[in-house]
Amino acid sequence: MQSFWRDTIEFLPILMNGVALTIIVTIGSLLLSTLLGLIWALMRVSGIGVLSGLSAGLINVIRGIPIIVLLFYLYFVMPEFGLTLTALQAAILGLGIAYSAYQAENFRAGIEAIDKGQVEAAQAIGMGWWQTMRRVVLPQAIKIVLPPYGNVMIMMLKDSSQASTITVAELALQGKLIASSTFKNTSVFTLVALMYLTMSIPLILLVRHFEKRAGQK
Amino acid sequence: MIELSNVHKSFGKVEVLKGITASVEKGEVVCIIGPSGSGKSTILRCINGLESYDSGDITVEGARVDRNAPSIVSIRTQVSMVFQRFNLFPHRTALENVIEGPVYVKKEPRAAALERGRALLAQVGLAEKAEVHPPQLSGGQQQRVAIARALAMQPKAILFDEPTSALDPELVGDVLSVMRKLADDGMTMVVVTHEMGFARDVADRVLFIDGGVIVEQGPAKSVLNQPQHARTQDFLRRVLHPL
Repeated sequence: MQSFWRDTIEFLPILMNGVALTIIVTIGSLLLSTLLGLIWALMRVSGIGVLSGLSAGLINVIRGIPIIVLLFYLYFVMPEFGLTLTALQAAILGLGIAYSAYQAENFRAGIEAIDKGQVEAAQAIGMGWWQTMRRVVLPQAIKIVLPPYGNVMIMMLKDSSQASTITVAELALQGKLIASSTFKNTSVFTLVALMYLTMSIPLILLVRHFEKRAGQK
Repeated sequence: MIELSNVHKSFGKVEVLKGITASVEKGEVVCIIGPSGSGKSTILRCINGLESYDSGDITVEGARVDRNAPSIVSIRTQVSMVFQRFNLFPHRTALENVIEGPVYVKKEPRAAALERGRALLAQVGLAEKAEVHPPQLSGGQQQRVAIARALAMQPKAILFDEPTSALDPELVGDVLSVMRKLADDGMTMVVVTHEMGFARDVADRVLFIDGGVIVEQGPAKSVLNQPQHARTQDFLRRVLHPL
């Protein structure tokens, strides 16, 4: 135990650099996946055949490819097509795209859960499609969407570790580098696990808060 | 003001409107009665473009109703709708529900809309409920907010789709008395209803619809008191004397 505390004091500053990157990757890909997911979902419920078909196809393709392959593709293959990304850019883009499929399905479920009468009432006072979405449907759908959204945040935090496979020195990779150079596997990986847990707990509490609020009418 | 000429409408293979021709004059109150599934609500929904129709013509003050044309927005601001299940926006207060259309569709200044919204809520007897959200209101109160929301658009006519059918019996009266006052003030109204007393006392004309056609129409008292058609007689007997 004593050696664990000594290792902690020694390695924590290095691991904190990894935490910073983990947070950047998580927040970046969360924002991107939210934006893309909302676009796919709105295309899906637009009632326009081409858009909704395109969105359904895209979602299936994205869902069918492992995140790690998507990351390899963006980082190692895209340069051959003239698009060179830094490892961090590729990580945010890859995770953002991968998670946009799940976000889209979540948003769509929330939108479709809103009573059709709400849309009709909005139309009856002369609102167009976009205004109906913005003023009537989306504000109500948010309540339904937030609990699963919180779960996606937790999953993204953990899946940000996949960015290590394309050399982003986030928490998991930092841990691996320290462990392989010091052989202090137990201390290092226990520390890494605890740090992920520490970051997850506020998110877990947030999900619980969302769920409670969604339960109230 | 509202003209329907030979309107046909099918849902899949089921033809629900089989050539409806009718008109509503300015200031007139027309009640549409008939058995459920006869196409009453569909007529209202076609008039403000919530449903499309397959053939025939519907015009509002001369403008043809086409739910896919940009002109539908202006028609909807002229012809408001009150729904059976109120369809208030639950995430907004009563007052916000009322000013939603004026502020966000008609782009009225917010302060003026708020002032008028409060006056409208007072008119339907709910001045003190302005800041309350719809789920905290009774059905009858919600429906009166919905009527205030329809009035806020300063429409030329209001369509009522079974406005009291979802209400507990003791709450029906408040809603009907608000509607009666509107009729007295000269509002053009088309009301799909099962309230025969309201139809008899308030309506200028009654249309009896069955099987997608207008079976009988005329002044309210003559259709309801001396129906000519066997189907109208049978319907009224069952509605007025269910036992």
